[in-house]
Amino acid sequence: MMIRFIKRDEISKKKDITIKITSVILALFTFSIVFMLMDKNPLDIYASMLKGAFGSAYSIRETIKLAIPLCIAALGVAVAFKMHFWNIGAEGQILMGAFAASIFALKFGTMSRPVLLLIMMVAGIIGGSLWALIPAVFKAKWGTNETIVTLMMNYIAIKWIIFLQHGPLKDPNAKGFAKIANFTNNAILPEIFKVHIGWIIAIVLVIFIFIFMNYTKRGYEISVLGESEKTALYSGVNIKKTIIISILLSGGLCGLVGMIQASGISNTLVEGVSGGVGYTAIIVAWLGYLSAPVIFIVSILFAALQQGGSFIQTSYGIPAATALILQAMILFFVLGSEFFIKFKIVKKVGDAK
Amino acid sequence: MNGMTTFLAAAIVAGTPLLFATLGEILIERVGNLNLGVEGMMLMGAVIGFLVGLNTGNVFAALIGAMAAGAFGGLIFAFLTISLRANQVVTGLALATFGSGFSTLVGKQLIGQTAPAAVKSFFKPYSIPLISDIPVIGPIFFKQDAFVYLGYILAVVIGLYLYNTSKGLNLRSIGENPGCADAASINITLYKYIHILMGGALCGLGGAYLSLVYIPNWQENVVAGRGWIAIALVIFSAWNPYKAILGAFLFGGLDIIGFRLQGAGIHISQYLVDMLPYLVTIAILVIVSMKKSKRNAPPKNLGTPYFREDR
Repeated sequence: MMIRFIKRDEISKKKDITIKITSVILALFTFSIVFMLMDKNPLDIYASMLKGAFGSAYSIRETIKLAIPLCIAALGVAVAFKMHFWNIGAEGQILMGAFAASIFALKFGTMSRPVLLLIMMVAGIIGGSLWALIPAVFKAKWGTNETIVTLMMNYIAIKWIIFLQHGPLKDPNAKGFAKIANFTNNAILPEIFKVHIGWIIAIVLVIFIFIFMNYTKRGYEISVLGESEKTALYSGVNIKKTIIISILLSGGLCGLVGMIQASGISNTLVEGVSGGVGYTAIIVAWLGYLSAPVIFIVSILFAALQQGGSFIQTSYGIPAATALILQAMILFFVLGSEFFIKFKIVKKVGDAK
Repeated sequence: MNGMTTFLAAAIVAGTPLLFATLGEILIERVGNLNLGVEGMMLMGAVIGFLVGLNTGNVFAALIGAMAAGAFGGLIFAFLTISLRANQVVTGLALATFGSGFSTLVGKQLIGQTAPAAVKSFFKPYSIPLISDIPVIGPIFFKQDAFVYLGYILAVVIGLYLYNTSKGLNLRSIGENPGCADAASINITLYKYIHILMGGALCGLGGAYLSLVYIPNWQENVVAGRGWIAIALVIFSAWNPYKAILGAFLFGGLDIIGFRLQGAGIHISQYLVDMLPYLVTIAILVIVSMKKSKRNAPPKNLGTPYFREDR
């Protein structure tokens, strides 16, 4: 008897989701070993993570604040990934979006609030999309590997912000401390239900991207191009133009995240304005099937994981890095589980091959 | 020694962790797998190497520990991408995240600790008799520590292995055309596993050089992005271990140039100079892709999983 793997033709959505959820549960289960090594009861810890993320009105608000940038950035990443453009430069695009928005916030702090915020949003979107455009042009022109270029540009962006912090934009009133001046109230996003309005923007964008990707010609062209460049070429898709447009959209969404974080969370431009959101967004986009509604749900779960992670840090003294490993673990298991979605196992009796 | 020689000698030291990681990733990509998790494997090697070194005071135990940690990272990647045919890009990114969390968690208790004296004295610069007396070249290349010499040797050994042995030919053919290699009854899965694990071990060594010799005390995120530069260096060196030597030392120079410029009285913001390695990497990638010569092309099957029944 011999075990063989055969490619599945099609799998029902329900079975697909069951496999993925099972793999997440298996990841949590496996990770329990780490907690047991720390002499902690894993069930207690998972329970208190849940409590830390959703246990009170305050913790729910904190979780939502973490979910907003994850969700929007993951939408941006998904648009690029759909085209098989491996944009891992979300982090840099977020930083540059924050930079562009901050320039206006610092220069025109006395402008009327709605006008200033609108200008900052546009600036953020443009900042992020221009930063994403650079690797896209290289890719469209010469086929340059976008993964490494986008990644290198993350480092350049962060060095740029640190440079601004220590040099041109250093706040003279900060008593020698290298920081950029805080925004005026006019440059800070208003709150609804005690959470800055980024959450409304996120919901609107989820709907917009869902419609764009599924019901517009351009969105369809992006998917076709991702599936096969040849098919796209034969069916008359303008490949270069499609690459450029979708990357502008992808970078623009990330740039908007930068604006939201600088305005709604840090109230100024700091090097940690993104704080790894750009990388986590890649995981969120992938786990969310690159589909807007699923990304919405996954981003809340990941925000809960982070919020819960920092909760157990204070209540159990478990380092926050544990949540990082747990994230990676979940991703490993889900990646592995795709094998069982794509292939089925058959037992074959008799001669092999 | 004048200023230029000291600078170049220091560039080689700074380039050595890059060299190990680049050689490791070359082995991995040559069998057709694109592992973006170099940063993670280096961090795992850095922390385990440091931990073992601190607890045993034994250099070899530390190095073996670092290699095992890097190889373990490689094993996760290999299992997912070879046996379960998972997406290599995303798996690599997950590995980078995993390694970073792993090193932070394990290294929590090590922060502020210094590498043990036994390790430090073992890796003191050692002048090789005769050749270290050659003017210019001697002081730059042959008054270094044992790790640096190991780097030279490994690059040459891997070069000979790839281009001058039948095993090396087999391995290159897997990266180029696994269908053909399979038909020639080369055990593809075994080759892939072995070389990805070896590559991971080398990345682990590169990380250990940083934590045990270069810094040499434990601080969070000691690798600081060098793993990603190594991936770009693989492209720069066109998957060729000999060229990797040149690339790694060039980038080692870029890594330390900001500090040196300050010393030389040239006042340009440190933070802008820090951008140099990344800018140069992009420039190189663009130039390589513009030329698109066949010699510098990546292994043809890089990034795609092999499934026999797809043939």
